[in-house]
Amino acid sequence: MEQKLYFAQYNEALKQNKLLGLKCQQCNTITTPPKMACRQCGSPDMEVVELKTDGKIRTFTTVFVGAEGRESEVPYILVIVELEEGPWIMGNLEGVEPKSVTMELIGKKVKMGNKIFAGDTYSAGESARPIFTLAG
Amino acid sequence: MKKVAVVGVGETKFSGPQTKTEVELFAEAATEAIAESNLKAKDIKALFIGNALGDIEEGQGMVASYAAENLGCHYAPANRYEGACASASMAVRDAFMWVASGYYDIVIAGGVERAATMGTGLATRTFAMFSDARYEYPSGVTFPAVFAMLTHLYADTYKIPLQKLREQMAKVTIQSYKHGAINPKAQFFGKNADMSVEKVLGSFVVCTPLTLHDCCPFSDGAAAVVLASEEVAKKLTKKPVYITGIGQASNGPLGNQNDYLPRIRARELSSEQAYKMAGIKPQDVDLCELHDCFSIASLIAAESLGFFDYGKAGEAWEKGEADIGGKVAINPSGGLKAKGHPIGATGAGQVYEVARQLRGEVEPGRQVPDAKIGLTDTLGGDGGTLVNMILERGW
Repeated sequence: MEQKLYFAQYNEALKQNKLLGLKCQQCNTITTPPKMACRQCGSPDMEVVELKTDGKIRTFTTVFVGAEGRESEVPYILVIVELEEGPWIMGNLEGVEPKSVTMELIGKKVKMGNKIFAGDTYSAGESARPIFTLAG
Repeated sequence: MKKVAVVGVGETKFSGPQTKTEVELFAEAATEAIAESNLKAKDIKALFIGNALGDIEEGQGMVASYAAENLGCHYAPANRYEGACASASMAVRDAFMWVASGYYDIVIAGGVERAATMGTGLATRTFAMFSDARYEYPSGVTFPAVFAMLTHLYADTYKIPLQKLREQMAKVTIQSYKHGAINPKAQFFGKNADMSVEKVLGSFVVCTPLTLHDCCPFSDGAAAVVLASEEVAKKLTKKPVYITGIGQASNGPLGNQNDYLPRIRARELSSEQAYKMAGIKPQDVDLCELHDCFSIASLIAAESLGFFDYGKAGEAWEKGEADIGGKVAINPSGGLKAKGHPIGATGAGQVYEVARQLRGEVEPGRQVPDAKIGLTDTLGGDGGTLVNMILERGW
């Protein structure tokens, strides 16, 4: 059985700042990133939908020790954002000084763009990643 | 289903970078366990070996077969298990099931890793392989970053001021260092016993708010345990330690666990299975070796295992309720934090510690008095694999 939405299509859409997801036809839960089956009820009966990219920061960290190949990126801010339609997705927060962020960040509204991670020895190619900035 | 006993245990010293190969490390631990069981290598019917990253650490795949041959278990079936930091616990659990089923009567299970040999950069990269490679790693997630984000989420969820939480987390570190300092197998044996809250909070920041002393070290090491059916165990030892409950559960990327975070739902389900199977409750547990890869991980684990209320584990550590003499003795080995975390071996190292605690054989300064029931808790990835096991005295 084919998956309704694959990584490749999700990735291409993200490069256009569009966030694709899947709406379960059984329980209405929104699943993103894409999967074969609904993250809530396990049904594969899902349809592709374009999600709103508005959300709020649920948690964050500033990373000072990077993985091999990414040492030059530190310090950077990682965030998990709760989208308006429910799912949580991971991305980076830009436009803010990484060393200055505090717990005040939690709950802040953000808007989404993207950047490309070019991949490394271990990655099967590139991936777009969400880049968030504070809204308003 | 047959009763299954741990009849012998073995472990190398957990350490920083060293020169023994993974096959050599595993053979050292396994041969110790076999000798303690009053058995010979040829008596072992099958091997179950956790190893997460040997391919990258040494360029060696299929380590289980090479280890079997190396230690004299010629032609015995040998399986490798990969579940990130829970690899060895998966191996022990599966070994348990093969003996419980009656198919094998004597097997060995354990694990080996040379994470420290990789160095910090490569180890950080490869540990991040246990986060989602397509949807999380591109953003630069690392393992400390996962638990750093859980720390901020924990503080927000339970409305604990971050500074207060960080001080509670420092108490976790201090307790682990205290026990690890007198455990000769621990990576930090003889070290860090004089750690203070100020030193923990003031050490190098890895990922806000986690400092170096909130994080476990990268480690090399191996551990192994011999499991036998009750019938065989009674002939081999006067002190069989029975595995009376097991549980395992899985989950997807961190973001998809949002209905429960900072709780780790897979752990709740896994430990429920183990408690139910053993017919015990959390308050019956005398000691617990839990997965303290980061100081915050101890708080999260102790709550999901049912020892303390959600948001209250930090207070328990402050009051000594999580130490020897408290409600439950947590990580008397020093835990991942001080004993070390050779990821593919860690779960077997927990079983090694619990078995020796129940037999009353550890150093007096960290022996849990009259321990009868012990629990292990191992987490792989960011909640992706959880394994729990309950062990009880069989005499």
